[in-house]
Amino acid sequence: MKKAKWIVPTIYIIFLMLPIYWLLNMSFKTTTEIINTYTLWPQEFTLDNYKKIFTDSTWYTGYLNSIYYVVMNTVISVAAALPAAYAFSRYKFLGDKHLFFWLLTNRMAPPAVFALPFFQFYSSVNLFDTHVAVALSHCLFNIPLAVWILEGFMSSVPKELDETAYVDGYSFWRFFFKIFIPTITAGIGITMFFCFMFSWVELLLAKTLTAVAAKPIAATMTRTASTSGYELGLLAAAGSLTIIPGAIVIYFVRNYIAKGFALGRV
Amino acid sequence: MNKTVNQKAWFFVIPVFVLVAFNAIIPLMTVVNYAFQETFGNNVFMWEGTRWFKQIMLSERFHASLGRQFLFTFIILFIQIPLGIAIALTMPKEGIGVPVCLVLMSMPLLIPWNVVGAMWNIFALPDIGFLGHSLNALGFDYNFTQQIGDAWFTTILMDVWHWTSLVVLLSYAGLRSIQPAYYQAAEIDGASRWAIFTKIELPKMKKVLTIAILLRFMDSFMIYTEPFVLTGGGPGNATAFLSIDLVKMALGQFDLGPAAAMSLIYFFIVLLVCWVFYTLMMRNEEKS
Repeated sequence: MKKAKWIVPTIYIIFLMLPIYWLLNMSFKTTTEIINTYTLWPQEFTLDNYKKIFTDSTWYTGYLNSIYYVVMNTVISVAAALPAAYAFSRYKFLGDKHLFFWLLTNRMAPPAVFALPFFQFYSSVNLFDTHVAVALSHCLFNIPLAVWILEGFMSSVPKELDETAYVDGYSFWRFFFKIFIPTITAGIGITMFFCFMFSWVELLLAKTLTAVAAKPIAATMTRTASTSGYELGLLAAAGSLTIIPGAIVIYFVRNYIAKGFALGRV
Repeated sequence: MNKTVNQKAWFFVIPVFVLVAFNAIIPLMTVVNYAFQETFGNNVFMWEGTRWFKQIMLSERFHASLGRQFLFTFIILFIQIPLGIAIALTMPKEGIGVPVCLVLMSMPLLIPWNVVGAMWNIFALPDIGFLGHSLNALGFDYNFTQQIGDAWFTTILMDVWHWTSLVVLLSYAGLRSIQPAYYQAAEIDGASRWAIFTKIELPKMKKVLTIAILLRFMDSFMIYTEPFVLTGGGPGNATAFLSIDLVKMALGQFDLGPAAAMSLIYFFIVLLVCWVFYTLMMRNEEKS
C-alpha cells in the first residue's frame, strides 16, 4: 500500500512532462526533419533555432519586454496591496465588505470584455505601446488577487503583535516595516509568485496594448506562426525559452509554496 | 479576529482603489456607452436603448456559445476537482519527494497561455505530434482540426493538463494544515480510510476547495488564448467559447454595439455565480 501510493503522482507528472518534452524535442530538430519524419528524439541535433532567437533582436527584445513589465507589475501590485490588505485584516471601515467584493469582481472580469476599451483608453492617455501600460493593465486582476492572498496571511498573525509593538513605543510605519513585514515574508513570497505568474502568462491584454516598442515575447510568437509560414522548430524553441523564467521563480519559492500554502488563505 | 472600527483605514486602501478604478471603471463605462448606442465612428453616437441586449439575448449564436461554455466549464470542474484531490492525497508528505512534486507540478501553471496552446497543437498534430501519432497508430481515427469530438477531447485534455495542478496545490495545502492528532485519534477509533477522508480530510479542505472551485470556474469561464491557439474555435464554431466569440464579434466584425451588450451580459453571469459562491464561503467562515 505504501509503495503503491507513489504511482498516482508519478503517472501525473509523466503526463505533465510529455507535452513539454515534445516541445523541447521539436526545438532541437531541423525544419526538414520535423516536416518529413516522425521521430521520438532529434536525429540531427541542432541549436540553430535557439541561435536565431538570441541573435535576432525582434526575438530577444520580446523576452526583455515581457520580463520588464512583469517585474514592474509585480512590484506595483504588492506595494499597493500591502497597506490595503493590512487595513482589511485589522480594521472595520465604511464599505469594507463591498469594497473587498468589488475588488474581487475585477479578478473575475473576462479580459476579452476589456480588450477594446483598454486599447482606446490607453491610446487616449498616450500610454499605448509602453511597458507601463501593460504593467498597469495587469493590475486589474493582480491587485485584487494580491490583496486577497495577503489578507489571508495577515489575518493569521495575532493582533497582539501590533499592540505589543505600540506599547514598546514603535510608530506605525516603523512597526509595519521592521516587525510586520518580516513576519509575513512567506506570504509576500507567495503573493509575488502569483502576481508574476498571472502577469507572465497573460497575453490578450499585453498584445492589445502593444505594437512594437513593448511587444511581449508571446505576441512575437503568434506573429511568426501566422506570417512566415509554419516554422515549427523556431516556434518550439521560443516556447521552450518562455518556460525558463517560470521554472526559476518556482525554484526560488518552492519552500514558501509548501509552508505558505498551509498558513494562508490560498 | 475581532476588528476595530477605524475609518482612517480608507487611506490604506486608496492606492489600491485608485489603481483598480483607473483600470476597471473607465473601460467599463466605455463598454456601457457602446452597449446602448450605435456608432459610425467619428464620435457620432445614436441612442439605441436596449436593442443590442434584445438582439443578443435572442440570438442563437449567443445561446450556442453560452451552452458550449457551460458544458466546458462543467466538464473540466468535474474532472479537475476529484483528480486534484486524489493526487494531493497520494503525494508524499515529507522528504525529497515534496519539493520535487511541487516544482514539477507547478510547471504548467507558469507557461504563457499561448505557448500552452502552441505546445498542445504540436503535441496533438495527427502526423508529427506524439499524442496524435500514437492515437492514430492505435487505430483511432484522430484529427482535432477536423472532427468535433476530437477537438473537444483535446481542448479538455489540455485544460486538465494546464490547471489540475492548481487544485492539487490548494488541496495539498489544506491537507498539510491538519494536525497529526486527528489521524492518531482516527487510528485509535479504528476508522476506515474512507471514513478518515469524509470525516476529517474533506471538512478540513472545504475552505481551500471553495477557493479552487471559484478560481477554476472564473478562469475556465473566461478561457480564450489556449483554445484560440489550439483550434481557433473550430472546426466550424465547435470550440468557440464565450470569449472567443466575443473577440470575433468586437475586433473581427467590429460590431461594437452587440459586442458591448454581450460583454455586459457575460460579465453579469460571471458576477452572479461568483457572488453566490462568495456569500456561501463567507457564511461558512463565520460559522467556523
